Amino acid sequence: MSRNNKLQIILDGIVRNNPTFVLVLGMCPTLGTTTSAINGMSMGLATMCVLLLSNIVISAVSRFIPDKVRIPCYIVVIASFVTIVQLLLQAFVPSVYEALGIFLPLIVVNCIILGRAEAFANKNGVCDSACDGIGVGIGFTIALTAIGLVREILGAGSVFGFKFIPGDGALAFILAPGAFIVLAYLMVIFRKLTSDKA
Amino acid sequence: MESNFKNMTVVLGTICLVCSLLLGSVYAVTKAPIDQAGVAKVNEAISQVVPAFDNVPSDEIIKIDGSEVYEAKQAGKTVGYAIKVAAAGFGGQIQMMVGFLPDGTIYNTSVISHSETPGLGAKIAGSEGQEAPPRAQIVGKNPRTTKIAVKKDGGDIDAITASTITSRAFLKGVETAYEVFLKIKSDEQEQ
Repeated sequence: MSRNNKLQIILDGIVRNNPTFVLVLGMCPTLGTTTSAINGMSMGLATMCVLLLSNIVISAVSRFIPDKVRIPCYIVVIASFVTIVQLLLQAFVPSVYEALGIFLPLIVVNCIILGRAEAFANKNGVCDSACDGIGVGIGFTIALTAIGLVREILGAGSVFGFKFIPGDGALAFILAPGAFIVLAYLMVIFRKLTSDKA
Repeated sequence: MESNFKNMTVVLGTICLVCSLLLGSVYAVTKAPIDQAGVAKVNEAISQVVPAFDNVPSDEIIKIDGSEVYEAKQAGKTVGYAIKVAAAGFGGQIQMMVGFLPDGTIYNTSVISHSETPGLGAKIAGSEGQEAPPRAQIVGKNPRTTKIAVKKDGGDIDAITASTITSRAFLKGVETAYEVFLKIKSDEQEQ
């Protein structure tokens, strides 16, 4: 495995396999937590941690797991890492823990993580799986931060909590409909940009 | 690996065992910081909901009806009561602190923890925004003269748009706190 290959895996995770804009997985936290750029980014980073750890562990032990019980095994591993991330956030960054609320424990059922475990970590080595976890994690974080940023600018007139437009902005963008609209437009832009390259 | 009964049991069992050991140790490590963060938050909440005080209210907790009451004193004189109550919100319990002046006026409130929907019910913890959330509306009101309930229920408070259940729960918590406050007052008069 060359260095380029690893870089390619990471890039694939960000662009070609972008979990939000291309695979369209994990829409629940995507729509739910992107009310502000900082919330979107926190959610993306928390998911990335879990994804990276679970990809590493699953790729390392997948040889020893009988086929029929692989999904329960993955879920136990993923759920453990989610709980660990949750406890650590609660202990050291309680504000983030509160902002993410129910979506933090729900990372367990995020399709991206199980999807990557099943589609990638299952069949590849530890190193490649770690790269895939980082790549897809960065892709997810970028997507969530971008959606959060646009929603925050339009809905609250601020960027990462710094208000630059007085007043409230278009409240719809903070609410659920805004999430769908922003997601759709960003997806169009993302696809347009990436299809030009191909 | 072959999927026979023995293999499956052993592998799944081992994974569960390792994971639970890991979780147990992380829990043990994070328990103290989590508790500390909780205590710090309570003290901060107290200082937000009552006027300036010079005692340490979290050292003298009075328990009434399962609610914790913290008495804030300035130079030995009671300046306010911070009452910690829990209300059943939309996504779980809303832990909150309600501060009363000795005459029963609501000085301020603070939401300590909640699991309300981000972007909607979560606004209950804030005090700003286009529409003043219930927290801002009840400051300086006395529950004796103001009906602490959302307008839909015949009260005097505007609910947060699309979060009536959360708003209701919050106001219910304030009412519970007021009942506790009345109880303290009547106990004091008996003495």
